Amino acid sequence: MKTPTEIKQDIETKFPGIQITLEGASLIVPKERWSEIAKFLKNASEYSFDFLSSVTGVDYKEYLEVVYHLYSMEKKEGPLTIKVRTDCEKSLVPSVTPIWRSAEFQEREAYDLVGIHFMGHPDLRRILMWEGFQHHPLRKDYVQDDQDRSVEQF
Amino acid sequence: MEYTLKETPALETQTLEVSLGPQHPSTHGVFRMDVVLDGETIVKLKPVMGYLHRNHEKLAENMTSYLASMPYTDRLDYICSMTNNFAYALAVEKLANLEVPERAQYIRIIMAELTRLVNHTLLIGFLLNDLGAFFTPILYAFREREKILDLFEDVAGSRMMCNYFRFGGLKVDVTSDFIPRVRQIINKYPKFLDEFEKLLSENEILMARCQNVGVLPKELAISAGVTGPMLRASGVPYDIRKVDGYSIYNRFKFRVPIGEKGDVYDRYYMRLLEMRESIKILDQAIREIPDGEYISKIGAAGARSPRTFKPPKGDAYGRIEAPKGELGFYLVSDGTTKPYRYHVRSSSFINLTILEDMCLGHKIADAIVILGSIDIVLGEVDR
Amino acid sequence: MFGWGVIKGMLVTLKNFILSYFTKERLTTVQYPEERLPVKERFRNFPFLIYDNKPEDLRCVSCDICAKECPPKCITIVRDSDEQGKPLKRPKVFDIDFSICMNCGICEEVCPFDAIFMDHEFELAKFGRFEDLNYRKEDLLKPAEHFAKIRPQDAARIEAKRRAKAQPATPETKTQ
Repeated sequence: MKTPTEIKQDIETKFPGIQITLEGASLIVPKERWSEIAKFLKNASEYSFDFLSSVTGVDYKEYLEVVYHLYSMEKKEGPLTIKVRTDCEKSLVPSVTPIWRSAEFQEREAYDLVGIHFMGHPDLRRILMWEGFQHHPLRKDYVQDDQDRSVEQF
Repeated sequence: MEYTLKETPALETQTLEVSLGPQHPSTHGVFRMDVVLDGETIVKLKPVMGYLHRNHEKLAENMTSYLASMPYTDRLDYICSMTNNFAYALAVEKLANLEVPERAQYIRIIMAELTRLVNHTLLIGFLLNDLGAFFTPILYAFREREKILDLFEDVAGSRMMCNYFRFGGLKVDVTSDFIPRVRQIINKYPKFLDEFEKLLSENEILMARCQNVGVLPKELAISAGVTGPMLRASGVPYDIRKVDGYSIYNRFKFRVPIGEKGDVYDRYYMRLLEMRESIKILDQAIREIPDGEYISKIGAAGARSPRTFKPPKGDAYGRIEAPKGELGFYLVSDGTTKPYRYHVRSSSFINLTILEDMCLGHKIADAIVILGSIDIVLGEVDR
Repeated sequence: MFGWGVIKGMLVTLKNFILSYFTKERLTTVQYPEERLPVKERFRNFPFLIYDNKPEDLRCVSCDICAKECPPKCITIVRDSDEQGKPLKRPKVFDIDFSICMNCGICEEVCPFDAIFMDHEFELAKFGRFEDLNYRKEDLLKPAEHFAKIRPQDAARIEAKRRAKAQPATPETKTQ
C-alpha cells in the first residue's frame, strides 16, 4: 500500500485546490470536498478502499472530529485513517452512507452520542438513547441530572 | 324477474404493523424489530436497539487507569470474554509500543481458539433452538462446552468473566496440567463434531427451512461492512488472522473455509468447518509452546500499580478476528492515565445493518431464523 | 429415500439416551445441593482480609490503594487514629459492598502488603439488600490458616516471599 504521504500527493494532484494536512499517519480532509474524495478512494483501481471499518466521533473541546478507518478487501491492504473536522455548534459533515453502506448505523451513533449532523443520511435519528432524550452524552461538558458524586474524590 | 349477478368487489387488504418486542424468547436478548406485514410476508423491517446500553465508552474515560476497563470488556460480548480482552490488550500495546514474550503469545492464541470453539458450539445450539428443535442440540453443545469452561476456571479464576489478559502479557501463568487437558479436549472434539453433524446436517427439515433463506450477495456484504463467518459464507475470502497476521498467527498453518450462496445453511455449515480449523491450530500451538516469562517487565510494573501506566500521546486502532466478526478498539490518549476517547467497533452492531435487506419477501418465521444466523449478542450491540 | 436424514438424527438421540444409563460421561447432571462439585483453587469470588495470630494483627495498613484501584468503587476505608489524633497504620472502617463488587480480583493484585485475597464462598444470598449486603471489617477478617487451606499453592508462595523480605538480605542467611 502507498504511504499516507503518497496518497496525499495523489489526491492533491487529482483534485486541485484541496489542502490536506498530514498528522501522524492520518490525513485531515476538509469537510466540503469529503464526498468526492471518498468516491475517488473507493472507485480508483490503485486503491479500491471498499471496506469502511469504523466511524468514530470525538469531542475535542474546540472542535468535533469524525475519524474513518478504511481497508481494502480486494487488495488486502492496511488501514488508512481519515479525520474530518467541524465546529461545535453547527456541526455538519457530508454523509458517506450512499458510498459505503456500513456507515449507516455508525453515523447514527455518532449523531446520537456526540451530536454531529450528517447531510444526506437517509434516516438520521437516535439509535442507542431513547427518542426525546435531549443531550449528547459523550460530549465533555455533559452533566448527568442525578450526578451527586464527583469522580475527583477518588 | 331480473336477476343480475353482482360482481364481488376486490378484497381490500391492509398491512399490519407488529412489534417483535424486547421480550421475546427468540430474540437473543432485549432487541426489538418493528415489522410491517402483508399477510405473513415481510414488507418493511426496522431494528430498534438500545435497551441494554450501559455507556461503556464514557465509563472508560472516567476510570482511574487503562487497566480498570479490562473487567468491563469481559462484559461486552459476554460469551467470549477472552477475545474481548485480547482485542483491548492489543490496542493498548499498539498505542504504547509494548512487547509481549513468546510464551504469553502462544497462551493467548490457545485461549482465543478455545473461545472460538465455545462460541460456535453455542451458536449452533441456539440456531437450532430458533428453528424449533427445543433444547436437545443446546444441551449436547453445553455438555462439551463445560469442559472448556472448567479449564478457564482453573486458569483464570472464573468461567465467563475471565479478566485474564494484561498489557504486555497475562495475569498469571497457566497451571501445570493445562497442556495435557487441552490435548484431551482436542482429541475428543472431532468425534463430538461428527456426532453433531450426523444429527443435524442432512436433516430434511433443517435443509428445507434454511436453504435459500436470507441470501446475502457478495457486493452488498462488502459494502455493508459485514465481517466474520457471515462474510465468508457469502464467498469473500477475508480473514483478519491471515490478512493482518496479528500476534503470531502467521506461524500456524490453517485454511479459511469459503461458502457459495450465503444463505442460512451456509452460515451454519461455515461454523462447523471453522471449528475443525481451530482444532488444527490448537494442535500446532500446544506442540510448539516454549517455556519462559508470561509478562514483560514493563507490563508487570503496570499491572502492579495501574495508575502509573501512561502511554504517549496519539491514537491507535487495534482489531482482531473475534468469533463473531471484527472487533476493534479505537483509543485516543492525551498522555495521562485515562483514555481521552475509547470506542468499540463491535461486529454484532454493524452486521445488523443488512437485516432488513435479507428479510424482505420472506415469512415472519424466517425472520427469526435469519436473526439467529447473524449471531448477535446484545452486550456488544448496545455496549 | 426422503426422510433418511431425520431418521439418522433420531438414531443419534436414541444412542445418547441409552448410553446415558451406562457411561458417566453422558449423564452430566450434578444434584445440587445434595452433591457439590469441588471448588477450584484459583476461583475468585469475594475478598477477605487476612490476620496473622489475633484479629487485631491484621496486615492491612489502610494505605487506600485497593479503594482507589477498584473499578466500580465498592471499598470504603477510614484510617484509625489514637487519642491524640495521630493517624495509625490500621483501618477503623473497612466496608465492601457486595451488591457492587464484581469479583474482578484487581484489589488482590495491587495490594503491596498481601492483606486482601479472594475467597471461595459463593453461597452468600441474604434477604436485606442494603443492610445485609454491606460487609464491615469484622465480617471480612479471616485467619491465615484459612487462606492456606483454600489456596495452598498461593499461600506457600506468599509465605516464602514474606519470609525473604523479613530477613535482611545477606548471602549466608539466604532463605531455604
